[in-house]
Amino acid sequence: MNTFRQRFVQNKTAVVCLIVLAVICLAAILAPVIAPYDPTQMFQEHRLEGSSGQFLLGTDQFGRDLFSRIIYGAQVSLLVGVSSVAISVAFGSLFGLLAGYFGRWIDSLIMRVMDVLFAFPEILLALAIVAALGPGMVNTILAIGIVNIPIFTRIVRGAVLSIKNLEYVESARVIGASTKRILFLEIFPNASAPLLVQASLAISGAILTESGLSFLGLGIQPPDPSWGGMISEARRYMELAPGMIVWPCAAMTVTILAFNLFGDALRDLLDPRHRSK
Amino acid sequence: MMQPQTEKTPLLEVKALKKYYPVKRGLWGRAGVVRAVDGVDLTVYPGETVSIVGESGCGKSTTGRCILRLIEPTEGQIWFEGTDISRLSQDRLRQMRRHMQFVFQDPFASLNPRKTIRQILSDPLIVHGIGSARERKQRVEEMMEVVGLSKSHLDRYPHEFSGGQRQRIGIARALILRPKLIIADEPVSALDVSIQAQILNLMQDLQREFQLTYLFISHDLSVVRHISDRVAVMYLGKVVEIADKKSLYEKPAHPYTRALLSAVPIPDPDAVRERIILEGDLPSPANPPTGCTFHPRCPSCMEVCKTTPPPVKEVGEGHLIACHLDVTG
Repeated sequence: MNTFRQRFVQNKTAVVCLIVLAVICLAAILAPVIAPYDPTQMFQEHRLEGSSGQFLLGTDQFGRDLFSRIIYGAQVSLLVGVSSVAISVAFGSLFGLLAGYFGRWIDSLIMRVMDVLFAFPEILLALAIVAALGPGMVNTILAIGIVNIPIFTRIVRGAVLSIKNLEYVESARVIGASTKRILFLEIFPNASAPLLVQASLAISGAILTESGLSFLGLGIQPPDPSWGGMISEARRYMELAPGMIVWPCAAMTVTILAFNLFGDALRDLLDPRHRSK
Repeated sequence: MMQPQTEKTPLLEVKALKKYYPVKRGLWGRAGVVRAVDGVDLTVYPGETVSIVGESGCGKSTTGRCILRLIEPTEGQIWFEGTDISRLSQDRLRQMRRHMQFVFQDPFASLNPRKTIRQILSDPLIVHGIGSARERKQRVEEMMEVVGLSKSHLDRYPHEFSGGQRQRIGIARALILRPKLIIADEPVSALDVSIQAQILNLMQDLQREFQLTYLFISHDLSVVRHISDRVAVMYLGKVVEIADKKSLYEKPAHPYTRALLSAVPIPDPDAVRERIILEGDLPSPANPPTGCTFHPRCPSCMEVCKTTPPPVKEVGEGHLIACHLDVTG
């Protein structure tokens, strides 16, 4: 049998996406080393400039280096994306497992609460939560995390419903396994493929929502760089310095695309039924 | 009621086992019940193989699952070696499970696709805290050879095996705790005929080697004939006839058993035989017929059958039927 690594290497999409994601992550982590300038440092005499030797991607309306700001913005985007989805996955999985496995009133209670959360448009709910908690990075993460819980709950619940009556779950009960063991060792691993795909989609979604919030001025607060905030500021200077809007948008597109494609590739690789092929 | 007169102590004694499922008809309809298992009595002695046969939907699988409390029975007692397991707490029940195991029908659904065979076979030992890691490894490897597989296959995943091999793994998992009783729910019906014989022979060899007691659930009368010591015939949630294999196949007493047996093909084109064709379908267990539940389809139905449930009577040694007919075994 091929090892996971061998199969991974054969999948070109996965490899390319992993490299792209690795570059973005490294850039974010090593931002202080890579970025030529402080992201908030203003060069008054170089406002709204295009690409040049001094400023790789040009400057914004205050003369801040766009390249440095995009790299620091990646930090924010990735941090918000990954941590908010981690919150959603953790709570969503737990609720989904409980609702799907135990059914009855536990299921009704959890799913009705999720329906209420689901009834709000994603960005509106995130806006409401941030408005209540106040703007800032931690609250943005919390808000986006909460907003995405229902999706994961539903996905896990659906998977659990289809798995819990299978004979291998029954066989785990026959050998005397505890409910906890059945939930986490028999059912959850088999429900994780759709979860993983959804997680990668949700990371890109979360990055988008964060940008949306920052664009509306409720997410990451200026002068800290974030892609959404940069796009928002760039609107007024689009014609003078198109680079101001093009580069943050490009960074976001590449990141989101990489997460989405990587999730799809992972799904194919992790499904044991595809292993022998 | 339905017990043969024997001196031995039974390993398993099921008394008046019932499983009713509540149903609602329509949105505001009255709630009714489906009587999947409706008062089954069964005794199994150590070392023997008792089979339950019947059409699909007669409640034979539900009976098997209720005995292990995979499905909670509605009523009845299940005595296993002097303990009434129908009353055990979940914790005690989990500890008891090592003595009673189950072999499932579908070898493709009964193994977790994300676990290697080694993990699947080690799980029962881990759950019951048996042995050190090294002892477990050894026991798992031994068990693979016992069921006729190579230990070099231990690190593969279930999808890499054929149906017959998977069923061997299912049997190995059931055996690894050294249980006394194994309930096998149609263990060969999902397999090719040529593989069926292999698995049945393996089960018989294992029975001798490990002194196992089998409760074998099947709809296939020729398979049952091959493996059983005693056979119980179920119809609509009730046992209608129970006898040792020889008298059941040679002198079936209940009209339903006779009809079932007459449907078994005989591998001789010239053989003359009388086929009893049953009319109609299995009635709905949500609304069973009055009196004897078999009476609408019974070729020898009498007036009394329509109103009074049949008594259980002995027509031969250990040969019991639930029927109004005056049969001598």
